[in-house]
Amino acid sequence: MTNQIIPAVKRRQIIELAETGKRMDGRSLTDLRKVEIKTNVVEKAEGSATVKFGDTYVIAGVKFEIGEPFPDTPNEGVMSVSAEFVPLASPGFETGPPDENAIELARVVDRGLRESKLLDTSKLCLIPGKKVWIAWVDIFILDHCGNLIDASSLASLCALLTSKLPKAEVVGDDVKVLDEFVPVPLRAIPINVTLAKIGDKLFVDPSLEEEEVMDCRLSVAFALDDQKQEKICAMQKGGVGTLSFEELLRAVEIAKVKSQELRKLLPSGEK
Amino acid sequence: MDKKLITEDGRRLDGRRFDELRPIKFQIGILKNADGSAYVEWGRTKILVGVFGPRESHPKHLAMPDRCLIRARYHMAPFSVEERKSPAPSRREIELSKVIREALEPAIFVELFPRTTIDIFAEVLQADGSTRCAAISTAALALADAGIPMRDLVSSVAVAKVDGNLVLDVMDMEDKLGDSDMPLAIMPSRNQITLIQMDGLLTHEEFVKSVELAKKGCMEVYAKQREALDSHFRVVGKEEV
Repeated sequence: MTNQIIPAVKRRQIIELAETGKRMDGRSLTDLRKVEIKTNVVEKAEGSATVKFGDTYVIAGVKFEIGEPFPDTPNEGVMSVSAEFVPLASPGFETGPPDENAIELARVVDRGLRESKLLDTSKLCLIPGKKVWIAWVDIFILDHCGNLIDASSLASLCALLTSKLPKAEVVGDDVKVLDEFVPVPLRAIPINVTLAKIGDKLFVDPSLEEEEVMDCRLSVAFALDDQKQEKICAMQKGGVGTLSFEELLRAVEIAKVKSQELRKLLPSGEK
Repeated sequence: MDKKLITEDGRRLDGRRFDELRPIKFQIGILKNADGSAYVEWGRTKILVGVFGPRESHPKHLAMPDRCLIRARYHMAPFSVEERKSPAPSRREIELSKVIREALEPAIFVELFPRTTIDIFAEVLQADGSTRCAAISTAALALADAGIPMRDLVSSVAVAKVDGNLVLDVMDMEDKLGDSDMPLAIMPSRNQITLIQMDGLLTHEEFVKSVELAKKGCMEVYAKQREALDSHFRVVGKEEV
């Protein structure tokens, strides 16, 4: 909320440049920034990854813990996604509990992971109704240079893809956690792509300066299941601008192509 | 849970066709203190919306020199759902408050009221699915009742996929057991989308059909909103003559 004085000059500049198909940082409207993924960056976490989209820098960690299932799904493990906008990431971030932006981000990432049915939660059940694995996915924004949703989604995904689940033995009502690990039961893989609308143009992977002047954004997650079927699994519009129906459909088409490009960057050996 | 959501003769649990809205009854101007208010009974979903403003911004540093600040709060009463909900705002309510604000703000001429705030409070008294859509549609009427200049109304409805069928105006059971849920809000006469969210699995073709069905539903909600405005203000007009 700190950058309230919108640089109208910059907005005009961005729109004019976009007329020629270019952006301030030299990209075309549909180019992603350079994406870098590193996994297993924190050994004490069961899974972890850092992701960079240009200068945007995000880390996600996965911890598994034994806990109680939700009463309405006694046979299923639990996944919980949280996000922290830590103050070192931006002059605009402050300490304190997550604000609506951090909560929205975590819930949008969560929806992509959950609705794609990435985690097979039925295999995370230890004692039905009593003990299940809880997968805690925690996202830390380290450097905010735009498009936190895609970077956070990819970091969370890569952390889960490379995480190892402790092996557990059930003896009566007790669970013994062994010093061995099994792969996490995964199914479809979700990839999220965000576009910003500025004027009548759509910008893939918006930078911070584009986000500051955008009308609105649309995030679309695509899931690819083990039958190689690609489906839309989550969507979110953000910001106070509007989209026409034509823009919505165009954005979804572009996002689909870009999701296929991002999919190729996933850690090798992980589908 | 293997409850069937669609009966053999192609009806939904409450007897509706796939493309049919629940009965919707808007009432306008029912609170004395609020500058504008509206209430809806949307099937079994019941929501009360109050609007205050434009009024002085508190705290003062929130005030913006060139426009008015819009705030929205979506809140569920503890007794609005089967199992008591804690009255403290949940993460879900915080996210919904944000998207509801973003769905309504495009319709408001914010530049007419610099340095002020408009507060929109939506209290869900009973939740039976599509509460964010009902809250947005009702809030648009409360804003109109407050006399706030608007470009358009905002009309909203959700489409779900249940047992392989796309159905309009999702009720709670269909939301919980269905395969997808997609709320949409539009400014009907400008044909612009102000809110879209989606979760669940849809093919591209199903998504396009969901959007079409939701748009049709929004236009039907719009007709009901106009009817409510019309009858409310016509009655007032008669009294004054």
